[in-house]
Amino acid sequence: MELVRQDGNSVTQSSKPAAVSVRGLTVSYGESPVVFSVDADLPLGQMTAIVGPNGAGKSTFLKAVLSIVKRLSGSVEVFGLPFEAARSKVAYVPQRASVDWDFPTRVIDVVMMGLYAELGLLGRMTGAHKLRARACLDRVGMADFAERQIGQLSGGQQQRVFLARALAQNADLFVLDEPFAGVDAATEKAIVSVLKSLRDEGRTIVAVHHDLSTVPEYFDHVLLLNRRKISEGSIADAFTQSALQEAYGGKLGAAQAPIADRA
Amino acid sequence: MSALFEALTLQSGYNAALVTIGAALLGISAGATGTFLYLRKRALVSDAVAHATLPGVGIAFMIMVAFGLDGRSLIGLLVGSAISAGLGLLAVDWITRKTRLSEDAAIGAVLSVFFGFGIVLLTIIQTMSAGRQAGLEGFLLGSTAGMLRADAVVIAVGGGLSLLALIALRRPMTLVTFDESYAQSTGVNIRRIDLAMMGLVMAVTVIGLKLVGLILVVAMLIIPSATARFWTNRTEGVVWIAGAIGGLSGWIGAAISASAPDLPTGPIIVLVAAGVFILSMVFAPGRGVVSALLRHRSFQHRVHLRQGLLALAHGEKIYDPLTLKVLSRERLIRPDGVATDEGRAVAAKALLDERRYAIARRARPEEAQSGLLDGLKPISEVLTRDELKAIDAELGPVT
Repeated sequence: MELVRQDGNSVTQSSKPAAVSVRGLTVSYGESPVVFSVDADLPLGQMTAIVGPNGAGKSTFLKAVLSIVKRLSGSVEVFGLPFEAARSKVAYVPQRASVDWDFPTRVIDVVMMGLYAELGLLGRMTGAHKLRARACLDRVGMADFAERQIGQLSGGQQQRVFLARALAQNADLFVLDEPFAGVDAATEKAIVSVLKSLRDEGRTIVAVHHDLSTVPEYFDHVLLLNRRKISEGSIADAFTQSALQEAYGGKLGAAQAPIADRA
Repeated sequence: MSALFEALTLQSGYNAALVTIGAALLGISAGATGTFLYLRKRALVSDAVAHATLPGVGIAFMIMVAFGLDGRSLIGLLVGSAISAGLGLLAVDWITRKTRLSEDAAIGAVLSVFFGFGIVLLTIIQTMSAGRQAGLEGFLLGSTAGMLRADAVVIAVGGGLSLLALIALRRPMTLVTFDESYAQSTGVNIRRIDLAMMGLVMAVTVIGLKLVGLILVVAMLIIPSATARFWTNRTEGVVWIAGAIGGLSGWIGAAISASAPDLPTGPIIVLVAAGVFILSMVFAPGRGVVSALLRHRSFQHRVHLRQGLLALAHGEKIYDPLTLKVLSRERLIRPDGVATDEGRAVAAKALLDERRYAIARRARPEEAQSGLLDGLKPISEVLTRDELKAIDAELGPVT
C-alpha cells in the first residue's frame, strides 16, 4: 500500500509493516495511569484484538491512539504518519452505549454522518453520496431499516449501523470498541464477516474484544493489555495460557465462564 | 378581533409592524439556534448567558455617559451585554472544567452572581442624573414601546448572521451532539464547536434582550426545539420546525400584544410558544399524549389478536369477549367462533413467529427484557433477514 512510509527506521520491530505504531504510550485520568508505557505494532492488513480484563485500559488505549483522550507521554504513528496526518484514513466505531439512541435521527442519517469529514462544512450531499450510504447499510444487512428512527433498533442493529457509518468513511484502518458487546449471534456473525472481507481487501482492523473463546477464530494478531502490555504478537505467539494468566490473574476463571455458557 | 387581524397583517401602525417583524425574525433564529443546545442537553446554559448580560448593559451605559455619549445607544448596550455574557459563559466553562463542580452548580452560581451585580448597577444608575430616563430595566422583561427602525435592523442582521453560521456549522454540531467521541475521531474540535454553539446562543440572546428581555429569552431558545421534537425524528427537521415555531410565536405574540393595550410583548410571545408546545405535547403523532393513548389501545388490540391466533393454532377455545371481537372483526373467525380459512393460515404463521420469537428471546435476554421481542409484531419487521435466517436454521424444518 502507498500509505506506508518505508523509512527504514526501526519503527517497526516485526517484519510486517505496522498500520499502528505505538511507543511508550501512557494515559492517565487524574493521577493514576490507566495505560502505562505501552509499545505496540499492530500489523497492516490484519485483524488485531485488544484483550484484557475490565478496567485494563483497552478503550482508553484506542482513544489515545485516535487522539480522543490526551496522551501523557508516548507517540502514535498510523501508516507511518502522525495520527493527525493519517486521520482521513481511519474510521472509529465507538461503544454503542456512548450515545443517546433517542436522538432525532434515522438510520440512513447516521450512516451519512460517515461522509461529513469528506464533505466538509458546506459540500453538497449528492445522489452518489446517498447511494454510497445505502450500499454501506446493505453491506451490514440493514438496507430495509434505512428510514427507521434509531431508537427502534435492537442492540445488534445499532451496532451494525455504527459499522455502516464507519464503512461510509472508506477508511484503511477500522478501530472498533467492543463491537460484539451485547449483540446477538446473527449480528456477531454478520459483523465478523464484514470485518474479514475488509481485511481481505487489505484494510486493517483493530478491535477491543472481550470474549476470549472467539479470539483465535476471529483475529490474526493480539495485544494483551492490563494497564501495561502483557504480550503482543500473532495468536500462536501471544495468546498463550501463561500470558492470559498474567493479564487476568485470578479473574481468568470468571472471564472464561461466559465461554462455557455460549457453547 | 379585527384589531388582532390588523396587527397580524401589519396594519396597526409603524411601530407595531416593526415589533412584529422583529419578533418573528428573532423567533426564527432563536428557535433554530436553540435546537443544538437542547439536543446537547445544555438548555440551562442559555439561562446563565442571558442573566450574565445585565452587568454589561449597566457598565456600557455608565461608560457611554462618562464619555458624554447617549447612554441609550442600543448598539453600545448590546456590545456591553455581549462582553459580559461572554465572561459569564467562560466562567461556567472554567468552573466546570477546572473544579469538581458540575455544570448545573456552575450555572446557578454564575447566573445569580452576574444578575445580582447587574441589579446593583441598575440601582446605582437610577441615582445618576442621566439614568432616570434610561429605561434600562426594560432589558429585564423587554420593552417594545420605543422600538426604532434601527433596532429592528439590528435584530434582522444579527438573526440572519446567526442563521448563516448555524447552516455552516450544522454538520459538526450534529456530530458533536449525537456522538462526541466519534466526532473527535474525525477531527472535530469539541471545545471549539461547543464555544461556537454558545457564541450563537449569546448572539441571539443579546439581540433578543430589547424585545423579550433577559429573563424570558431562554424560552425563545428552548421551547421551539422542545416542541419541534414532537413532530420529527430528524435533526434537520427539528432545526427547521423549531425555527418556524419560533417565528410564528414571535409574529402572533407581537400581534396579540399590539392589538390590545397593556399586553407586554415578550411574555405574550412566550405564552404563544408555550401554547404551541402544549398542543404538540397533546396531539403530535408518535410522541404526543393522545397518540400514546391510541398506541396503547392498538397494543391491547395486538395482544388480543396474538393471543387469539395462538389459541386458534393450538385448537383451544376462546372465552375473552374482546379477543373474540378482535378476531371476528379481522374476519379470522366465523360468528360461531370457528376459524375461517384465512384465520387458520394467519394462526399458523403466528405460531411460527411465536417459536421464532422464543429462540430470539433465548439468544438475547437483554432485548427480551426491553420489550423489543414482545412477539406482537410480525417478526420480519423486527429482525433483519440474516437474523431471521439464523433463527429459522435453529428452528429446523417446520412441522
